[in-house]
Amino acid sequence: MVYNISLYICLAIFIIGLVYKISRWFFLNVSADSKKTDASKRFPSAIKGIILTIFSAKFFVLVKVFFLDIIFQRKIFKENFFRWLTHMLIYGAFMLLLLMHALDNFITSSLFAEYSPTINPFLFLRDLFGALVIIGLCMALYRRFILKSPRLKTNSMDNYAIIILAIIMVSGLLLQSTKIGSWSIYSQMVEDYADSTDPEDIKPLTTLWVKDFGIVSPDIKAPFDTEIIEQGREIHEMSCASCHSRPQWAFVSYSVAKAIKGIALGLDKARIHTLFWYIHFLACFIGLAYLPFSKLFHIFSSPLSLLANSVMDKKESGPANIATRQALELDACTHCGACTSHCSVGIVFEEIQNPNILPSEKIQSLKRVVSKRELGEIGLRLILDGTYMCTNCHRCTDVCPAGINLEDLWFNVREDMFQGDYPEFSALSPLSFYRGLMRDAIPQDDYKRPLLQARESIAANCKLMKDQDKVAILTPVDKELQGSMLLSDQASTFSNCFGCQTCTNVCPVVANFDNPKEVLGLLPHQIMYSVGLGIKDLAFGSNMLWDCLTCYQCQEQCPQGVKVTDILYELKNLAIKNAYKD
Amino acid sequence: MKYSFFLGCNIPARLKQYEFSSRAVLGRLGVELVDITDFNCCGYPLRNIDFKASILSSARNLALAEKENLNMIVLCKCGFGMLKYADHLMKEDPSLKNEINTILKKEGLEFKEGVEIKHLLTVLYHDVGIDSIKEKITKPFSELKIATHYGCHALRPSEIVEFDDPVNPTLFDKLVEVTGAESIYWQLRLDCCGAPLFGSNDDLSMDLTEKKLSNAKESGADYLCDACAYCHMQFDTVQGMISNVRGGNHLLPAILYPQLLGLSLGIDGDTLGLGMNQIDITSIKGFLLE
Repeated sequence: MVYNISLYICLAIFIIGLVYKISRWFFLNVSADSKKTDASKRFPSAIKGIILTIFSAKFFVLVKVFFLDIIFQRKIFKENFFRWLTHMLIYGAFMLLLLMHALDNFITSSLFAEYSPTINPFLFLRDLFGALVIIGLCMALYRRFILKSPRLKTNSMDNYAIIILAIIMVSGLLLQSTKIGSWSIYSQMVEDYADSTDPEDIKPLTTLWVKDFGIVSPDIKAPFDTEIIEQGREIHEMSCASCHSRPQWAFVSYSVAKAIKGIALGLDKARIHTLFWYIHFLACFIGLAYLPFSKLFHIFSSPLSLLANSVMDKKESGPANIATRQALELDACTHCGACTSHCSVGIVFEEIQNPNILPSEKIQSLKRVVSKRELGEIGLRLILDGTYMCTNCHRCTDVCPAGINLEDLWFNVREDMFQGDYPEFSALSPLSFYRGLMRDAIPQDDYKRPLLQARESIAANCKLMKDQDKVAILTPVDKELQGSMLLSDQASTFSNCFGCQTCTNVCPVVANFDNPKEVLGLLPHQIMYSVGLGIKDLAFGSNMLWDCLTCYQCQEQCPQGVKVTDILYELKNLAIKNAYKD
Repeated sequence: MKYSFFLGCNIPARLKQYEFSSRAVLGRLGVELVDITDFNCCGYPLRNIDFKASILSSARNLALAEKENLNMIVLCKCGFGMLKYADHLMKEDPSLKNEINTILKKEGLEFKEGVEIKHLLTVLYHDVGIDSIKEKITKPFSELKIATHYGCHALRPSEIVEFDDPVNPTLFDKLVEVTGAESIYWQLRLDCCGAPLFGSNDDLSMDLTEKKLSNAKESGADYLCDACAYCHMQFDTVQGMISNVRGGNHLLPAILYPQLLGLSLGIDGDTLGLGMNQIDITSIKGFLLE
């Protein structure tokens, strides 16, 4: 009763959840482009795309990906053998358990007429698969909590997945162990199947079962009479053997049953196996109901992402299908951390502690951005900063076992966030080179906007810069600026400047303009003066700072040994830091 | 001669021909390369934003190479400059070194003495040597005029990068000439390619690139030769964009040095990834003496 009610409720939640999650792939907008298409276009376009792919040569690609990447998990295998083994144990053995044991009414019994869960090979295999899943779970715990790979993050969803699987496995194991020794179940079985229920008639069978089948009887104990055992064996062959193999084949449960033999009678009286049975099936059903909302949803979404990415490319696939795929990809992430462990800038997280730098955390944040959760200014800016702190080296995309095209995802979300209210200062660095290469994919106004926004937002704090004459009020030198320039090699050399303007004269950027002051605000030597005088507004506010090529001509040729380029680098760092403060 | 091979971020993602041609050429010249897959960003792109983060990135790479007890070959000049700079600072500033090492120790790494950081060109020039390269040239170029582009971050700041004479460098010219090509003199040869500003100020960046290309062409070059990931993307991909955006006829195709050297060593164009350049350079084979 409880079993059926809870099964149907959980199954209903599971199906509703599945439909809800899948429908979101057609509604969620990951990029600005995807906003141009809606579900009414995306759904038919996806169906059309799937049909066209299946009836084309690409079908063979799908088959190949299905076997190599989904069943065999080639990508994890290449990335890290330990992780591959862990995942194969958990997923492979769990799938086998699901098919052979959980769905035995539908699958196993229709394939094998003789099927009974208590005979071999099923008795042995069930324990074997269970043991393999448990080993896999222990390996996962080891990786996440003992090995502690650098920058691998474990979140509540990762813990949930391990815990729910552990509960299912351990409760199943204990259920089996307590059933092996259970006197009450044995007595019930005898009542149901034996020809006689007279204790004296049954004694030989019971003796055999105590000796060979692990039953803990209240009165029968070793030593056993061989004759009685032989009599018992006859009854056993007649009434029990067709459904019961020896429990030793369930090697893990049997070991546990043996270990708890001393308290087996007490446990049996307390009907402990009923408790484990409830825990076992309820954990299974709760796991099922919550599956669409947990990271275990990747059982569906990751294979789909692998399949979709194997046959889609930027040029051929329409924007509607790309929009759907990107929404699906957000669900396909298993938070396994492969991307983070290969991330080119992952190490930066140790210095700039914004978790959004790490791709595995970035995608979690993107899920929140895309589902329009309230993140606040700080939250949004951290995500934008994190997404821009990326050299587009493509490694995350290459290693992702779910086949997610992370690089495209970063690019699209970044562009979308760029059109928001907050400046992104990292845009004023060579990190923008990749965006430059992609400029044809971005509308022209949208392309320039974040670059201007970042410059203007820094300059907005530098009031003196806006003053045409730049007349500074005579005040004592501001030592704060000079004191904060400690990072690079001999930044304090600015004080050696004697005003020869060589830096400005050799600067190729200055030389590029007829009226450089108008475009650049200040020239390199003027910036050196400003630092000498400690005038922050001038040191931070000019375009020159952001238009510096860092070609080191100025520094190389300075007769006074002023580290002009390094000072400009340092000023850029400080200007950005100050702009964040404001 | 055994080195760890530092590719950086751009080459594996966008400039595989630089990796392919370098491996082919170095293999032919008896240089053994060891791949350290754990290498990360050199730190160069982060320097505008957070100096310490950029030093940390560099230092991690240096510590990884040191762990393997291998000197390093860098292909990109910006990466080379950054690693040299970080190496210099780590040696000069004990408190910075301490601070960085505290972070690196979390993953079992440490910057101790550092390793020698070499650019592809300095390995070819100093370690392999012009003479041994010359012996292996089987198909020299003739009548080919090359505008040799040195690249800022290899040359300057000279006391840190120690690449060549910053005012009158000759190393790259000699390497170009060993292939039989002529390395012409051109006024802007030591200037910046414009790449550091591409993406953040495209107009200015393109101005500088265009100027250099016109100057090289006016000076009689048939091709421009470079040996840096950023410079090459600028002279190849971005040059293509300049032609689209601004029109004009200043097309001067750029070839990576290992592609040039590889051809004269008799390595075929496919191995050197000639076809992977954005601007077609396959006609350079016409300058090879059979």
